[in-house]
Amino acid sequence: MSVKVIEAKDVSVQYQGVEALSRISFDIESGDYIGIVGPNGSGKTTLVKALLGLVSFDGTIRFLGKSLSDFTSTKHIGYLPQKMSFLDQRFPATAKEIVVSGVYCCKRFPKRLSQGDYKAAEEAMEILGIINLKNRPIGRLSGGQQQRILLARALVHHPQLLILDEPTVALDPQSRESFYATVKKLNKENGVTVLLVSHDVGSVGQYASKLLYLDREIIFYGTFVEFCKSPKMSDYFGSGQHLICHRH
Amino acid sequence: MMNTFQQIQEALQYAFIQRAIIAGCFMALGCSFLGVFLVLRRFSLIGDGLAHVSFATVAIALLFHAQPMVVSIPLVALASLVILELNEKARVYGDAAIGLVSSFGIALGVIIASTAGGFNVDLFSYLFGNILSVSGFEVWMTAVISVVVVLVTALFYHDLFAITFDEDYAKVSGIKVKAVNRILILLTSLIVVLGIKIVGTMLVSSLIILPAISALQIVRSFKATIALAGVFAVFSVVIGIFASYVLNYPSGATIVMVNFFLFVGSFLFGRLKG
Repeated sequence: MSVKVIEAKDVSVQYQGVEALSRISFDIESGDYIGIVGPNGSGKTTLVKALLGLVSFDGTIRFLGKSLSDFTSTKHIGYLPQKMSFLDQRFPATAKEIVVSGVYCCKRFPKRLSQGDYKAAEEAMEILGIINLKNRPIGRLSGGQQQRILLARALVHHPQLLILDEPTVALDPQSRESFYATVKKLNKENGVTVLLVSHDVGSVGQYASKLLYLDREIIFYGTFVEFCKSPKMSDYFGSGQHLICHRH
Repeated sequence: MMNTFQQIQEALQYAFIQRAIIAGCFMALGCSFLGVFLVLRRFSLIGDGLAHVSFATVAIALLFHAQPMVVSIPLVALASLVILELNEKARVYGDAAIGLVSSFGIALGVIIASTAGGFNVDLFSYLFGNILSVSGFEVWMTAVISVVVVLVTALFYHDLFAITFDEDYAKVSGIKVKAVNRILILLTSLIVVLGIKIVGTMLVSSLIILPAISALQIVRSFKATIALAGVFAVFSVVIGIFASYVLNYPSGATIVMVNFFLFVGSFLFGRLKG
């Protein structure tokens, strides 16, 4: 039986008087793979930050049936932030140190790590094919390898919901396809609910079960096939809709 | 003529050298442990900044005939929280926030000293401590504060690591980022205020920055960086005190020079290692 993982109702976000999101409402059920798409500045990352409680918002967001403000356990969420503009290439940490930090959400103060936690980190790295990088400094890895390290960090505590914010921006086309396939596998085989933000509608559309097209408000929410047949999206994109839908 | 080894043996006979080494090593550990987090979070110059704030707080204390430490500790702690608030709420970069608060501190101190007059010598004696004139009580105080810093850093290690690497992810992981940031900054203000009186401004600031950046040249894991920064800091204090005795140089400046050469060596080693 499907469970509602996220219920968002009339969610609005304002930055210094400018409305970044306007009355967004949608539900996500367990096992869904939702692609949040839209042009630059459409509010995709703002929506993710609202879902994660990183920005204040009007409206309600319920996570696994509980209001976000009451929901104190973050152990059900795995989060991969937008391309690591924050990542200092000289940061002194090995890949394994970064991955194991994903279990902090499940630990009480003072967060002592066990052998099992390190084993879980190695298993997550094994699944993503990056176990050979475990002792390498994070700053010495390629963009694709760093992204996989952070994906492993997001997965190490076996979350029910995986939120990925523009995870493929720094990747070459081959790595991008491989990344999407890995996420799809996690969704299909492990039953992880996925919420993936991208501005590349065509690529995400191939993998996601539903697309949520955002432009400060919800323009479209449905499957990729419905997206391609939607007269509303045809009006919105003009001939661009054909290019998006038939590129693959 | 005595050789260097005999001179070091002789130096160790003196109680003031023993106190300097013990207090210096404790101060080195406290400053270097905090230093790794402060350097990586672009708060390296907080030692200098809070020293400037101390200038004002000591002037206020002397103006009202109060005990400088009693006035300085809460006011410098408050100033450190203001720096953090400016950084978090007013979106002022960390280094600029330090610059803003320290400029205000030094200007206020100068105005108080010039209008009140008559206590400039006292003011400077509080601001430029000397590691060789550390008293037995100050050794104990340094030891207690440094042990507190090391223990709290160890207790909050994982939270501090997560926040230093990726603050947003730390928030998503349920870490109380604001509270942990405040603990870090308050510990820093405490060790800086005591350190300024006991070992001097220059030494506190250099023990925060230099061992951390030297360790960052060599090691690639976070725990190893903290450990190596601690080793470098303690080594620089011990070698610096002996070298200053043998060469008859000022001890604080000699410790800073040892730290500088450790950095140059670490930089070259890091480059060779690739």
